[in-house]
Amino acid sequence: MRDGDEVHGHLLYGPQPDVAGASGYPDAPPRMGFFTDTSVCIGCKACEVACKEWNAIPEDGLVFTGMSYDNTQGLGADTWRHVAFIEQRKPFGGQEPGVGHEDVDVFAAAARLGTGASSPGPGATSPPPGRAPAGAPAGEISPVSPDGRTELRWLMASDVCKHCTHAACLDVCPTGALFRTEFGTVVVQEDICNGCGYCVPACPYGVIDQREGDGRVWKCTLCYDRLGAGMEPACAKACPTDSIQFGPLQELRERAAERVAQLHAAGVTDARLYGESPDDGVGGDGAFFLLLDEPEVYGLPPDPVVTTRDLPDMWRHAALAAVSLAALALGSFARRPR
Amino acid sequence: MSESDVTRDGVRGARPGRQAPTGAHAGRRRRGRRGRGEQPMVPEAEFSSYYGKPVLNKPTWKPLDIAGYLYLGGLAGASSLLAAGAQASGRPGLAAPAKLGAAGAISVSLAALVHDLGRPARFLNMLRVLKPTSPMSVGSWLLAGYAPLTLTAAATEVAGRYRLLGSAATAASAVLGPAVATYTAVLLADTAVPSWHEGYRELPFVFAGSAATAASGLALAAAPAAQAGPARRLAVLGAALELGAFRAMKRRMGLSAEPFEQGRPHLLLRAAEALTAGGAALALFGGRDRRLLLAAGAALLTGSAALRFGVFHAGVASAQDPKYTVVPQRERLERGR
Repeated sequence: MRDGDEVHGHLLYGPQPDVAGASGYPDAPPRMGFFTDTSVCIGCKACEVACKEWNAIPEDGLVFTGMSYDNTQGLGADTWRHVAFIEQRKPFGGQEPGVGHEDVDVFAAAARLGTGASSPGPGATSPPPGRAPAGAPAGEISPVSPDGRTELRWLMASDVCKHCTHAACLDVCPTGALFRTEFGTVVVQEDICNGCGYCVPACPYGVIDQREGDGRVWKCTLCYDRLGAGMEPACAKACPTDSIQFGPLQELRERAAERVAQLHAAGVTDARLYGESPDDGVGGDGAFFLLLDEPEVYGLPPDPVVTTRDLPDMWRHAALAAVSLAALALGSFARRPR
Repeated sequence: MSESDVTRDGVRGARPGRQAPTGAHAGRRRRGRRGRGEQPMVPEAEFSSYYGKPVLNKPTWKPLDIAGYLYLGGLAGASSLLAAGAQASGRPGLAAPAKLGAAGAISVSLAALVHDLGRPARFLNMLRVLKPTSPMSVGSWLLAGYAPLTLTAAATEVAGRYRLLGSAATAASAVLGPAVATYTAVLLADTAVPSWHEGYRELPFVFAGSAATAASGLALAAAPAAQAGPARRLAVLGAALELGAFRAMKRRMGLSAEPFEQGRPHLLLRAAEALTAGGAALALFGGRDRRLLLAAGAALLTGSAALRFGVFHAGVASAQDPKYTVVPQRERLERGR
């Protein structure tokens, strides 16, 4: 533990159970957030479109990247939801990737389709009843596919502003344009932002960015305008698979823990939560994720730390350096005038 | 996303399997090193990334505006110290250029900041609040106090009247000057940019030294040789602090020091090193030759500017390569924090 934390009472770093309360809302509603369960994301980009439509965000460049179906590439001033597409040669549950099938006569195999005693039959998408792993009700857990069906998997994940408990963007904003809402989320006030761009390199997730030709910064507001009216954010509303879930953060955390246990029981051991722990470097995210691989595979930092954690130490070093500079100058004049 | 082509003769250029470049292949290829560059400090890191895309959004600051702002702030802050010292020790020939230099540099630096913001009215928003968690807010208030003091000191110097007011302003600007010169290091370090943040302990000392060399360079070039003694000594002391602190910083930073050793930042920082060391040596041994003093001053001023631009560009480069974000964090996780 650093001295700075004690002096500032964890204002800059560490767990903070009452985010809105600490920001001056005495009777705040429960903290709201997103739980994005990427294991059920189908990459339809309905969230990207709904977000753009509701928030009237300008077009963000029509480019074909050629790398995947992801032509949006990342979060920015004009992209507040971004769906990542990752094509991987890595098995789901219990598959064997890269197995050669040169000795298999596919025509003979096709002729036998649907006729074998153990075959699930044409059109089947789930394991036959007897063969599902324990704890996985047949057909309910999508990542478990029949043995040998494919050696390739696609990971899709809808990324968004994390609405950090300790938000670097908010801390470094010199104008107070970024503020904490009563729902514990982080929002930019567009009429106050002066376009200094300091929040852009401060964000450890690479979320907030400056809009070209405008100069001001923009990012996800967690649909602050809809929340105030008792509605859920546009992206969560539009998500057809409930990959994006919106609600009180505490409830979402319980739901997420259950889902991870369910996936682990089904043999998807790679499933893990990202950003949900209040003990992490940013004090936990208001928008957290269930991932099926390491965070960096999705373009997320593996262990982000809010930059202002080290700020007391930085000011101390700068003060020491300023004193040193004054001492150097004094030393330069220490001789008699010539 | 595939790099293979289907031709009449079969598939060409297919890679084993159909793996997306999410592993080490996805990272940016290292370009050939030019000349006799230093060896990489750390072996090539294996890491995963999303198609080599950066994790961070790169700083949107215009290099000329913000690196120039950092440089001029340092030049002004240390010049105020020289001005006060010269005034107190009875060296009017040294005090005058130092006062004018401080006022001129801080005015141009403010203009650069306003230019980066887009329009002048936006600077006023900086003074809506005072936030210690925002180095830019602290800096804006610092400048709001400091700039008028330097302008007063310079104006009374030029007018030759209101000596008492001028002395008071000179003394007060010398109190704020060192803070103006070093807070910019916190401004850079208080970001997620690896090559700026990781050096937060030493960077203020680098900037303090660089401010001292810039101010002494200006004084050497503009003051009469007979009164330039303190500027000579400050040049040597500042160069020693700058070069020493920068070395210590790179040693401590590990992987995130690598952008300092590559491409444009490498050239700029090498030039800064040579110019600062050369300028300091010339200041020390140059005697009273006017031309030599001018050359020393020019070398010190350019060296200090090259350092700020080098540090700025290295930070931008470190933000654009996911390696510098992912690898140190992954290592930290594996060490168990």
